[in-house]
Amino acid sequence: MSGHSTYEPKTGFERWLDARLPIVRIAYDSAIDFPTPKNLNYWWTFGGILAVCLMTQIVTGVILAMHYVPNGDMAFNSVEHIMRDVNYGWMIRYIHANGASMFFLAVYIHIARGLYFGSYKAPREVLWLLGCVIYLLMMATGFMGYVLPWGQMSFAGAVVITNLFSAFDQVIPGLGTAITTWLWGGFAVGNATLNRFFALHYLLPFMIAGVVGLHIWALHVTGNNNPTGVPVKSKADTVPFHPYYTVKDGFAIVVFFILFAWFVFFAPEALGHTDNQIPANPLVTPAHIVPEWYFLPFYAMLRAVPQKLFGVLTMFGAIGLLFAVPWLDRSPVRSMRYRPTARWFFVLLVLATLGLGWCGGMEPDDVVIRTGQTANGDPTGFTVTWLARILTTYYYAYFLLVLPLLSRNEKPSKVPDSISTPVLSGGGAALPAGAAAEPQKKG
Amino acid sequence: MTSMRTVALTLAAAAAALAFVAAPAQARTTQAELKEGGWAFESPLGRFDQAQLQRGYKVYAEVCSSCHSMNLMYYRNLCQQGGPFYDPKHPNPNEAPVCKAIAADIKVPDIDPDTGDATERPATPADHFKAPYANEAAARAGNGGALPPDLSVMARAREGGANYIYSLLQGYKDEPHGLTVPDGKYYNIYYPGDLGSAWSGPKDKVPVGGFISMPFQLVEGRVTFDDGTKSTTDQMAKDVAAFLAWAAEPKAEERKQTGLAVMAYLILFAGVLFLSYKRIWRNVEH
Repeated sequence: MSGHSTYEPKTGFERWLDARLPIVRIAYDSAIDFPTPKNLNYWWTFGGILAVCLMTQIVTGVILAMHYVPNGDMAFNSVEHIMRDVNYGWMIRYIHANGASMFFLAVYIHIARGLYFGSYKAPREVLWLLGCVIYLLMMATGFMGYVLPWGQMSFAGAVVITNLFSAFDQVIPGLGTAITTWLWGGFAVGNATLNRFFALHYLLPFMIAGVVGLHIWALHVTGNNNPTGVPVKSKADTVPFHPYYTVKDGFAIVVFFILFAWFVFFAPEALGHTDNQIPANPLVTPAHIVPEWYFLPFYAMLRAVPQKLFGVLTMFGAIGLLFAVPWLDRSPVRSMRYRPTARWFFVLLVLATLGLGWCGGMEPDDVVIRTGQTANGDPTGFTVTWLARILTTYYYAYFLLVLPLLSRNEKPSKVPDSISTPVLSGGGAALPAGAAAEPQKKG
Repeated sequence: MTSMRTVALTLAAAAAALAFVAAPAQARTTQAELKEGGWAFESPLGRFDQAQLQRGYKVYAEVCSSCHSMNLMYYRNLCQQGGPFYDPKHPNPNEAPVCKAIAADIKVPDIDPDTGDATERPATPADHFKAPYANEAAARAGNGGALPPDLSVMARAREGGANYIYSLLQGYKDEPHGLTVPDGKYYNIYYPGDLGSAWSGPKDKVPVGGFISMPFQLVEGRVTFDDGTKSTTDQMAKDVAAFLAWAAEPKAEERKQTGLAVMAYLILFAGVLFLSYKRIWRNVEH
């Protein structure tokens, strides 16, 4: 989509079409001849994996919508009808339900790869921002999709998440209530809510597909980042996308499918919750409301803050921070391979996020480190809430303190001259003398 | 290649973490550790024991169904592939004589097409299991205010699945001294509950389990099994738990069989792609 096109129409029809709508040229330039750094590792295969995840979700979702009934009285049974009576309905539904988990697993790896290798830095800020928008749309879609089977956890989830907005009553009295009433389409979560969630759950994936188009467009303007973070300097640094990366991505996608299929066929409800097999009943609240695993870190942040409005802001802020990363990290070295200090803080960030996920699945008052017990024999000590507070603080500190401060103070290790250098010299052990990076200057 | 190994390890670790995180945390409620049924159908390729499903259906039909509905089940389901009464000679479950006979013994409500009056007719395999009560109010009125839950997906709707049902049905124990059981309730060590408020003994020795509205049902010999199996409490509980596990997901066997073929295909395909990858990249230093 940018740079010099090498496409040469070969047949008469291709020449005719190319003069009128150069669609084959665009496809050729972006998926066949596209020059791609030759040192991309397997972490880079998750972009292709995510594209396949999105297509899988849309195809299975459209088929499910042919059988699903978005009505409070019929939704639960219509899902079971799909499981029992529709030909291969069980497979389509399990692919769709587990596909959401696989989609989020892949997107978290994709985001972590971008954070580690500095893929958000100039000139890829817009590419990164578009990715953040996709992630937000995914979260909205995933949440509304989980509501549709209209089980107990679907219903409780819808109540909890929509009620978050009532926190805005603390800003302007009545504002939060007005927002929640508007979201619900009534005065409680009910049939109107289910219907609009279904409409939006069907709409948003196509918006995601649109933003994915922009994301790929932006990728093809700047080209891929790569594990060294060093820009492409010559043709020797790249290979054409096809067949080199079609085959590598293809292999990775099929390996990913093996994991995916294991969940679909042998543990289809391992990631679900038994309470969601009980039809929604507004009069009975589940003993322990938990979101799907991919929201647990944010759920833990929400509960870690005692004040509701600030809890909500903390949770949304954690995603908001991602949008600001390109301007928080000013280090000119992209890849953390050459940032010996930053990489350890990054490892801690991953551990903190996983820890928050664990906290989100526990009860807030559960004791992590036991120091004593009450008269009833219940343990007392360091609770999940406090662990979540520490981890949330670290999460924020990584973006707001660590990245900005390291940009000034860190001494990076030697960055290779070009992508080909570490390859040809065996992993960058013997770099030419001139390749040593200057200690970083302020600014 | 190291990155591939790292990615593979990360995926494996993530899958393990997912399974761990997805296990819901314990609430304040307690229950005794569930008995294991040792089910043939639990393993990745395991199948249901058809004789056991037939016995289990009999327990449901003669005991459970007097209070519990199974609204998602049709009589034809009993004769479909993988079902308790499947017979390869009658692949169409709607035509299977066993299911026709089972259904014909049951009267279901209908509308007389000539007069519009409410009437009754014998069920057909296309009818769903007849519910014992006309509505929720009737069900509660017949059970001291408690609502017997629908059993269609019960084995998927409780932690522990079939093991939970198997345990619960034989979890009725004499209450320990100091525990006050409310009228119309029964002490069951596997029913999740918090008995603290009904307990007058030491605060750190609150009994596990809870109070359930269903009394003990499966007394020895209550159901006579057609295949001569001895009708013990344990046997009836085990068989009906297996039947409910099947009913909760009648396509589970088909799912596992398909999964085996899918896995074999994907692993072979991955191998072919890996070799293609090695060949295509053989001249590129990277």
